[in-house]
Amino acid sequence: MTGYLFLALIVFSVASFMFGRSLARRKAAAQGVRAHSLPAFSGWFVAIWSFIPAAVVLLVLVIFGARLENAIVQSDVPAAVQQLPELNQGLFFQDVRAIANGGTPSTTVYDGELKAAFDHKVAQARSVDSTINLGAYVLTAVLALAGGLLAYTRISPQFRARNSVERWVSVFLVACSVVAILTTLGIILSLLWESLRFFQSVSPLDFLFGTHWSPQIAMRADQVGSSGGFGAVPLFIGTFLIMLIAMCVAAPVGLFSAIYLSEYATPFMRAWIKPVLEILAGVPTVVYGFFAALVVGPSFREFFNWLGAFMPGTPMGEYLMNVQNQMALVAGVVMGIMLIPFVSSLSDDIINSVPQSLRDGSLAMGATRSETIKKVVLPAALPGISGAMLLAVSRAIGETMIVTMAAGLQAKTTLNPLDTVTTVTVQIVTLLTGDQEFDSPKTLAAFGLGLTLFIVTLALNLIAQRIVQKYQEQYD
Amino acid sequence: MTDTVQSSLAETRAPAKVDLKTAVAKRLKARHAAEMRFRAYGVLAICVAVLFLGILLERIVHQGYTAFVTHSITTEVYLDPNRIDPTDIMGANYDQMITEQVMAKMGVAEDEYGTTSGEYKEILSPDLGFKALEALRDDPKLLGKKISLTSPIAANADLYYKGEISRDIVEADRNVSDQQMVWMDDLKTKGLVKGHFNTYLFTNTDSTQPELAGLLGAIMGSAMMLLVTAALAIPIGVGAALFLEEFAPKNRWTALIEVNINNLAAVPSIVYGLLGLAVFINWLGMPRSSPLVGGVVLALMALPTVIIATRSSLRAVPPSIREAALGIGASKTQAVFHHVLPLAMPGIMTGTIISLAHALGETAPLLMIGMISFVPGLPESVTSAASVLPVQIFIWENASERAFHERTAAAIIVLLVFMIVMNLAAILLRRRFERRW
Repeated sequence: MTGYLFLALIVFSVASFMFGRSLARRKAAAQGVRAHSLPAFSGWFVAIWSFIPAAVVLLVLVIFGARLENAIVQSDVPAAVQQLPELNQGLFFQDVRAIANGGTPSTTVYDGELKAAFDHKVAQARSVDSTINLGAYVLTAVLALAGGLLAYTRISPQFRARNSVERWVSVFLVACSVVAILTTLGIILSLLWESLRFFQSVSPLDFLFGTHWSPQIAMRADQVGSSGGFGAVPLFIGTFLIMLIAMCVAAPVGLFSAIYLSEYATPFMRAWIKPVLEILAGVPTVVYGFFAALVVGPSFREFFNWLGAFMPGTPMGEYLMNVQNQMALVAGVVMGIMLIPFVSSLSDDIINSVPQSLRDGSLAMGATRSETIKKVVLPAALPGISGAMLLAVSRAIGETMIVTMAAGLQAKTTLNPLDTVTTVTVQIVTLLTGDQEFDSPKTLAAFGLGLTLFIVTLALNLIAQRIVQKYQEQYD
Repeated sequence: MTDTVQSSLAETRAPAKVDLKTAVAKRLKARHAAEMRFRAYGVLAICVAVLFLGILLERIVHQGYTAFVTHSITTEVYLDPNRIDPTDIMGANYDQMITEQVMAKMGVAEDEYGTTSGEYKEILSPDLGFKALEALRDDPKLLGKKISLTSPIAANADLYYKGEISRDIVEADRNVSDQQMVWMDDLKTKGLVKGHFNTYLFTNTDSTQPELAGLLGAIMGSAMMLLVTAALAIPIGVGAALFLEEFAPKNRWTALIEVNINNLAAVPSIVYGLLGLAVFINWLGMPRSSPLVGGVVLALMALPTVIIATRSSLRAVPPSIREAALGIGASKTQAVFHHVLPLAMPGIMTGTIISLAHALGETAPLLMIGMISFVPGLPESVTSAASVLPVQIFIWENASERAFHERTAAAIIVLLVFMIVMNLAAILLRRRFERRW
């Protein structure tokens, strides 16, 4: 419904544009003067005034409508519901919302007084919903008509429509660039807010330096066993290990292909190899994950099992016979493949920006091509290349799908590439894709991990950008 | 290396000239060998990259191409009034009825415990029963008549027909028994079962039965989500780029926005998912796993790349265009919107399409906003629960049935085709409209 109303609003605004433009033309012709602004600007002026106020109301409805409805419905809690534990109260209202808005409720059964309260609340939610919607729709229509009419009456050859429209345009453009800032703020605030709630139940020191990770928390007080451990060190080590393996693949292959492409390859070769690397860069990470889990994983396991069969009886052989599909090596190698085009294209740009005069000087002294590259070009490009490597490291740390599909879930403190490890991103996905209440430390822990991830990648990016920038200034 | 050249020269100065010559020749040979080695490393690196791409594509096509062919069974079904109660058509056991009719037609005798029909049922598909019920519900007069039904055969039977379940495996280790294999061969030779292009893959939505699972729901969900992403990311991205490149004064604020945009481009995608979960779903109460929320999150993620691409194509428009427009009396806004922007448009579209293609393949942030649930139908609107292509791949990859594995690879092929089409469009656009000043 809101969508149709929005379409209607757009149609109305287009019509307003036409009316405004023709009115401006007619008035100018009737008075026989040259108007201050072109007629199209008058059209835009009317269209803007009929569109923007009404659209803002619709936007507020879409963004805050559900929130307002929840606030009203939850403002008085029925007595029967008040006796429920807090967690179930939340579930109760979630189910009310699901039934009222046509979603899928939980499997909880409400009977007796709760049933009556439930039905009452559903009815209330429906009526509140329709009241809010109706109010917003009427307001939208009134604003569109009133804005359009008011603007329409102001049109005259003397009216400075262009200046007014241009002011709106610049407001729109500024608003667009503010979205970028708002996104950053949104990321920082949401991560900080949820992490703070997490750190109320788990101390930040335990989180950052603890070595025991088992986020399964007992759902009821009488359950034994899983007490929950939120020491993230095993995750950091696992992330580091997989990143290291990935960089061992991506750094040499990416760097050498960049060197070859920029220093040796003929234009014809470049024209063929660059698209291949671009395809590799365009493959979605879920595809790499599939490749790792169903192709690379089993074949690596078979290879190591085969290798282990050569040394029967030795502990090494025993170990190799028992390696799993989900070893760190698999995720690391596939992630390395994913990063090759990234490293290569960044290094290519940087090597290309080394001035030709440096190469010419070295070649003129009798150095071979490779000596020139090793002694002149690479040292000159070193800061830029290290910046590129840092960016690749940050990509490797934040990469999610490959490790989710190919790495394990066990949090182990090991640097053995044949062992299964888990990473920060895998744990975020596992913690948040299960079915649980949002407020448990288990789900909040995901935000703690997210905050750590964000800070680390941000720091890496800032350093990398600073290095690349400094280096570029030298030659410009 | 140059140091060693000099030192070796110094050493060879004293002896006779001939020695010096050979030493230099030797040295040169070593240096040229080093040169060749270095060059070989480069070729090797490129070969490795190309090889990886080759293996990746080969394995996916190898695993997935079989899913584009499927087998379906066409059979006459007699809607037996003795077995279907006209007042309660939902209550009848259609699967059993159809299985027994097919068995009778194929000359397979039922044993007294009904185990034979139980095994026979496994190679047919429950879809036949659903179709019979549906036909009867639409037209109750069909009761007591014969209707012809076609539906995909059970996934394991399909795998057998395609030769992916071989007789060489021990009977206990495979999903079909020797007896079932004989029946299946019989069904095929009698012409009840036919192989054909798997249209179900494109006309069905997700299902727990592999033979019925299709991609239509995921394709629709992806299309809706991409529409939301494009509708948000393109205007906002182009607007922000126009402001930064054409209008913004060079001050501390705009510098901050620029640094900010560069950093946003490198934020891990999963963090955008956390943002979407915390802000759009938990704080604003927008519907979980809907294309709307997914589209908004992806739009925020695509925004920095759209801005960066737009800025570079705006920068490529020479200042003379702006000055000429201003010179004949256009306002700044008119010069930008009437002249600079249209000239930069091909470049903007290219960058935008590439970043949208990237958004199409993104999975991690969508998992965060709950897009991992099983969605059996088509999404009705942008606010209803939906699945999208990459998430569908992830879900199917996790399924245990073997038939889902080939479907996963097939879904990947479909996704890659979409992405290649988008990238080709971008490249063609660039070739067609690229202008050098």
